[in-house]
Amino acid sequence: MTLPVQYLWLIPALPLLAAGIGALTPRNGRNLAAGSAILAMAVAFVLSCFALNGALQAPATHAVYNFAWFDLGHDALRLGLLLDPLTAFMCVMVTFVGLLIFIFSLDYMKEDPNYSRFFCFMSLFAAAMLGLLVANSLLLLFICWELVGLASYLLIGFWFHKPSAAAAAKKAFITTRIGDLGLLLGMLWLYDSSGSLLFYDGGHGVLEAANLASLTGQTLSCGLAVSTAIGLLIFCGAAGKSGQFPLHVWLPDAMEGPTPVSALIHAATMVAAGVFLVARAYPLMSADTLIATAPVHALTVVAFIGALTALLGALIACGQTDIKRVLAFSTVSQLGYMMLALGVGSWTAAIFHLLTHAFFKALLFLGAGSVIHAAHHEQDIRSLGGLRPRMKITFATFAIGMMALSGVPFLFSGFWSKEAILHAAHEWNVSPLPLYAGLTAVVLTAFYMTRLVAETFFGQARSPAAEHAHENHAVMTGPLVLLAVGAVLLGFLGTPACPWLQARLSGTELHSSMSQLFASGGLLLLSIGLVGAGLVTGWWLYGRKLRQTAEHRDPLAVASPAVMAALASRLGFDELYAATVGRLNSLTAALANGLDRWVIGGLVNFLGQFGVFSGTLSRETAESTLNHGFDQVSASIRGSGQRYSRAQTGEAHGYLRVIAMAFIVLVLLLVLGGSR
Amino acid sequence: MTPLHLCLLISTGLFCIGLAGALARSNTILVLLGIELMLNAANLNFIAFWRFGPPSPPANGMIFVLFSIAVAAAEAAVGLALIIAVYRHQNNIRLQDATRLKG
Repeated sequence: MTLPVQYLWLIPALPLLAAGIGALTPRNGRNLAAGSAILAMAVAFVLSCFALNGALQAPATHAVYNFAWFDLGHDALRLGLLLDPLTAFMCVMVTFVGLLIFIFSLDYMKEDPNYSRFFCFMSLFAAAMLGLLVANSLLLLFICWELVGLASYLLIGFWFHKPSAAAAAKKAFITTRIGDLGLLLGMLWLYDSSGSLLFYDGGHGVLEAANLASLTGQTLSCGLAVSTAIGLLIFCGAAGKSGQFPLHVWLPDAMEGPTPVSALIHAATMVAAGVFLVARAYPLMSADTLIATAPVHALTVVAFIGALTALLGALIACGQTDIKRVLAFSTVSQLGYMMLALGVGSWTAAIFHLLTHAFFKALLFLGAGSVIHAAHHEQDIRSLGGLRPRMKITFATFAIGMMALSGVPFLFSGFWSKEAILHAAHEWNVSPLPLYAGLTAVVLTAFYMTRLVAETFFGQARSPAAEHAHENHAVMTGPLVLLAVGAVLLGFLGTPACPWLQARLSGTELHSSMSQLFASGGLLLLSIGLVGAGLVTGWWLYGRKLRQTAEHRDPLAVASPAVMAALASRLGFDELYAATVGRLNSLTAALANGLDRWVIGGLVNFLGQFGVFSGTLSRETAESTLNHGFDQVSASIRGSGQRYSRAQTGEAHGYLRVIAMAFIVLVLLLVLGGSR
Repeated sequence: MTPLHLCLLISTGLFCIGLAGALARSNTILVLLGIELMLNAANLNFIAFWRFGPPSPPANGMIFVLFSIAVAAAEAAVGLALIIAVYRHQNNIRLQDATRLKG
């Protein structure tokens, strides 16, 4: 079975329908909302599999279906659907991981009074992401992109009665909007210079050779090609959504939402959108690499930002004590890896890592959710501990996720996808720095994940909540097991010996031979050694002598309190932004206030005073001469004014009623009078 | 029934719903919603007459409506700001209670 491209809209439409049903169900219709959300995701998953099947039969072509949205003058604004292996693989991943997260939420959100609203928002989130994936127009993509932002705002602030959740939702929305502004500007510029926003349109699309040549042909006064500038603006949007430095600050705060939401944001939907956008726009981003004279290439910026983010996220993750925040910063770091891969020119490696990361990160978040659910919302790893004998399935699956994320060799998917990225960084001939950053982050990743597992699952329970924890229902552990299977098997789709996934994504011939595995043997051995070093260091510091009480100081803090304090406060980025951007904002507001109050207000006051003064002057003169005659007139005016003022009740409804009555009378007069 | 009739009927209905809402509600936000509904009914009329009426320059009606939507957005921003100010002042947003400009 295959899904023709003109029916591709069904994939996002089904979850959207479920969201509509969820929005209309009353509070007691819990099963209807949850059931329709899960059914819609399941059908969308089946359809995505059909679409993938169709796309794999001709991986090098982009099947498109374009249609006019509305006519504007003599032109029509056209939108479209696009089916190629990139879209299809992403759709399958989003629907599958989303489905498992939905099933997990059945039990996790059981106690929540707003159960049906939760499933409505989750469906909307998935629908927006799927719409973004199937779009063949930057405009349609942007619309869905903003919908993703809206749904994330609603879900992060799902428990909006908590002030921290409301603030986190606002922060996520505003921070990503800063990036979205760049994307919007890039989109307008692109439309202005190429006259189209369709990606592929039979030779006229913006990602096709003719338009790319004209975009790279034009240069700005500073020496940048137009395509570079547009590419960088588009990357702004991607950096906002995918939590790249310097817009990464919203991602850890997004932990305030329910844990299934974190899993959805961090694995399948929101943060994947940025990486997907750069991968989708890759022909445009990479168009300038052939211009030798350009001062900077768009992809070079992407690579360095990605490398910096990978390193920064991994560093900060080492100092966090909240189980979800450690995972959040590891997401920041892994997204950095993906951007690094895009920047060094291997978008297939980035998508490979995106897919494997979706599985093991969803697994880790749902595992954390399972722990949090069992331990009655205790999230501090210092107060957990000793969960291994109490929660066997959660521990086993979490350990698989941890090893996949750390990149434990050969068996786990994270190893192969990270290897592909490091290999691409190694072959990049512009600068070796991204490779070094990537390799350093490998050590740190293995280190903080070992710390997380040792603190959470080993030793003794350090709080009553952890002591009474017990394994969850099969509705929660089932998705964990399925994701764990995926986290192991998915890596074998793209090993260096047989890079099936990469070949299918880029539509090239598959060359498989064992010798490719050893071609980069030095790098392979080095990264295995680094993973080992990270694991051993982590175990040496945290596993050898297990924490006894929650108050016990962290071994890292004992070794170097200043470093640990800096890491725990996330290197002060929030404070820095509060001191710069936040203060600039309040300064502008204060300035506008002062301008309004003193300058404009002063002018008005001066005029008023002048009027009072001249009034006093004229009263003095008029008092004696004119006073008498006017008394009579003014008395009658005052009298009529008082009578009229009774109509001025100040009641807006009264005014509105009078207007409406007058309107009806006028209409009646017109109709009955028949005067034309 | 021609499409024009249908559009006008829908917009009349929309207008009446909006008017009834604006008159009957005491919550200022809902009154604002009613007014927006009436505005949209007018927008619908614009589009309907442009689309189904006698031939007119391309995009004429649409431009009108785009302007009107922009104005409505600005109006909503001002209106909501006023509602917040009223709430700070009298601790509720009942329209009947907001009768004085003073204070």
